[in-house]
Amino acid sequence: MSRPDSRPLRIALVGNPNTGKTTLFNRLTGSRQKIGNYPGVTVEKKYGAWHPGGRAATLVDLPGAYSLAASSPDERVALDFLTGHLAGEARPDAVICVVDASNIVRNLFLASQVADLGLPLVIALNMSDAAEQTGIHIDAALLARHLGVPVVRTVATRGEGSGALEKAVLRAVDGRLLMAQVPWPEAVQRAVHYLADGLEKEGVAPLEPGELRRILFDQRSAVLERAGWPPEADPQPLLSAARDILSAAGLQPVPAEALLRYEHLGHVTADAVRFPEKRRRTRTERIDAVLTHRVWGLLIFALLMFLVFQSIYAWAGPVMELIEVTVAAVQERVAPWLAAWPAVQSLVVDGLVVGVGGVLVFLPQILVLFFFIALLEDTGYMARGAFLMDKMFGWCGLNGKSFVPMLSSYACAVPGILAARTIEDPRARLTTVLVSPLMSCSARLPVYTLMIGAFIEPSHGAVVAGAVLFAAHLLGLVVAVPVAWSLNRFVLRTRTQPFLLEMPPYRRPRLRDILWRLWERAREFLVRAGTVILAMTVIIWALVYFPRPPEVRERTVAALSALNDPSAVEHAVEAAYLEQSLLARAGRAVQPVFAPAGFDWKITVGVLASFPAREVIIATLGTIYGIGREVDAGSGDLRFALGRDLWTHGDRAGQPVFTVPVALAVMVFFALCLQCGATVAVMAKEANWGWAVFGFVYMTLLAWLGAVLTYQLGTRWLGG
Amino acid sequence: MSEAVISLAALPPGERGRVQSGEDGHPAVPRLLALGLLPGTEITVVRVAPLGDPVEVEFLGMRLSLRKADAAAVRVEPFTAR
Ligand SMILES: Nc1nc2c(ncn2[C@@H]2O[C@H](COP(=O)(O)OP(=O)(O)OP(=O)(O)O)[C@@H](O)[C@H]2O)c(=O)[nH]1
Ligand SMILES: [Mg+2]
Repeated sequence: MSRPDSRPLRIALVGNPNTGKTTLFNRLTGSRQKIGNYPGVTVEKKYGAWHPGGRAATLVDLPGAYSLAASSPDERVALDFLTGHLAGEARPDAVICVVDASNIVRNLFLASQVADLGLPLVIALNMSDAAEQTGIHIDAALLARHLGVPVVRTVATRGEGSGALEKAVLRAVDGRLLMAQVPWPEAVQRAVHYLADGLEKEGVAPLEPGELRRILFDQRSAVLERAGWPPEADPQPLLSAARDILSAAGLQPVPAEALLRYEHLGHVTADAVRFPEKRRRTRTERIDAVLTHRVWGLLIFALLMFLVFQSIYAWAGPVMELIEVTVAAVQERVAPWLAAWPAVQSLVVDGLVVGVGGVLVFLPQILVLFFFIALLEDTGYMARGAFLMDKMFGWCGLNGKSFVPMLSSYACAVPGILAARTIEDPRARLTTVLVSPLMSCSARLPVYTLMIGAFIEPSHGAVVAGAVLFAAHLLGLVVAVPVAWSLNRFVLRTRTQPFLLEMPPYRRPRLRDILWRLWERAREFLVRAGTVILAMTVIIWALVYFPRPPEVRERTVAALSALNDPSAVEHAVEAAYLEQSLLARAGRAVQPVFAPAGFDWKITVGVLASFPAREVIIATLGTIYGIGREVDAGSGDLRFALGRDLWTHGDRAGQPVFTVPVALAVMVFFALCLQCGATVAVMAKEANWGWAVFGFVYMTLLAWLGAVLTYQLGTRWLGG
Repeated sequence: MSEAVISLAALPPGERGRVQSGEDGHPAVPRLLALGLLPGTEITVVRVAPLGDPVEVEFLGMRLSLRKADAAAVRVEPFTAR
């Protein structure tokens, strides 16, 4: 067939959740979109360039859906895209329906709905390897003959079937191959005609019969809205009348579509699919007997989480030390070269190296955390976590499906909040968006480990340190429960929506996928350190370094003239400069607000500077203590410097600034505060600016309250 | 045989049953239908979550977890003779 090749073909990937659409998409386009072994990984449409048989095409990966009835925002993306009702989006030229071969009939239900919209179709029989292992055999050629569209056996993880898929898609596009229609009973056809007439009277643009069937069968189809039904008119009378036509013919409107389609699919697949004679107990069932066991299930879950945090400490330690040593060495090397320019020397040594280097030290820990999250996602344990924890979420009005957004938020709240799109109920979704940033994201890790490493590990040992780290990560979750509960009770009043979650089979994680994700993460972290954090570091450095009026030096030197120790005098001069720096002045002005939490002006400044991005506190403290450091101590180690800092004024003068309660208060503040510009922005995008501001304000207040409580109770119990 | 029709939520773990009907107007019903849980389908309650909810069921080779409140919308006829 010849067809002008000027316009790239538009090919959409659709299918049930977790069938391997994104794996296939990545294979075909060479992209690196996120995959994972649980339903609902992809929540937005993604584009990629593909060249089937040398033709230019745009391949579109869509979120998974069980049905075009589209009950959640991510499922609606698929429906809107296929019906062409999205502004600026033409309908696709063909659709690749990715089908899980282990569960072919149920997967073909969606394919038959898609076909109903009049789109050329190719069936990709994916996961054929897994299906064949369990003894399911599918005669693809026979099935293709029955369905009237190409059926291609694929194993997306190994790239099997890609070539055949290319040819099949071109055949489907050029021949406009449509899947065999369900033989709709006469009553359905009458009801559809009736609907068409009714819609025309309301001035709605004419719709395809397939779209009309969606309006007829779905409780409240999104098609109606998109097609231009006047918002003020109630469609219910028209819909009821059309559905009465079905009832009158003995078809119950609710199950009608499922009954008719599944009956048709049963016929079509009958001789093409062979199931195993005897069902064996699968590996997944054996694993689940333990991992979701009444007693062991919860125990293992708790143990697993605890182990994760222990290993963050244990595994990352050696690498961190290596980075620390390197940073210190760089500092020592560079300092003498710049001795001629004290300001530049200070900027480089105390600002850039300490600030950025200090943040880089935490990369290994973040990677360990990500490694574990990737393992949970790829093995299929994520869905088990949701199963185990749903009751707890349900109690406070959240959904078991909030588990995935919330667990993802432990890595980073930005993708976590996006993942909330799989939640059907808009209000449960909003609640999830509002509490997800409470989960302790990896950017908080540096703050925790700095505090723990300086004040808890030396005196209490590694096990207690791991436990405190675990507790810090648990805190956000524990606080999220009452927060979600109050949001539901007083603000949002969510209705509980059905919670249905398919349990994926356990799969062996692929090391390549995991390493790739770690690399992506590391790159992101490095970019962040090189941009936001670098910029903040320079600003902070300048605020700490300036102004430097000569009187300060003269006054200090004069006061200490009796002292015959130049290095002590030099230190006192730097300390005096620091005390009158712009940052110190600002910090002292705000410090009273944080005084009840035991923060001095330095911590206060660290907290304030960290609102754009949490890691900045490391750079801030590093710079402050770097500039004001004791020259003879000669240690660039921030942990060490923190422990030696004493109050200079007030009723606590001479006492250490950092005590265990102060360190804990700092951790609590960072655990609960929304100090992340990117998260606020994504909250605004997913909800609106009003809710984003609400989230920011409530978390900041909560953080302050938490820090004050921790310090006050801590000093009472643990002693100052 | 047809005397005992109970809700899926009341089916004890390990028991099988045959779906009879779904409650009209319950929001979970259309979604379960789309998954192939039609009248006549055999369904097993595999287990109940440690905290008492949700339940995991198996039908047509698929394993699904759903809350008891949603399972209650499905009427099943238990297989008494096993
Ligand atoms: N055994 C096997 N596993 C596969 C195959 N294709 C994908 N997988 C695995 O199936 C899981 C799901 O893959 P994804 O590509 O994320 O699935 P998806 O359809 O995009 O999922 P959603 O975006 O959640 O709808 C991953 O763990 C993949 O590694 C296959 O052909 N065989
Ligand atoms: Mg996907």
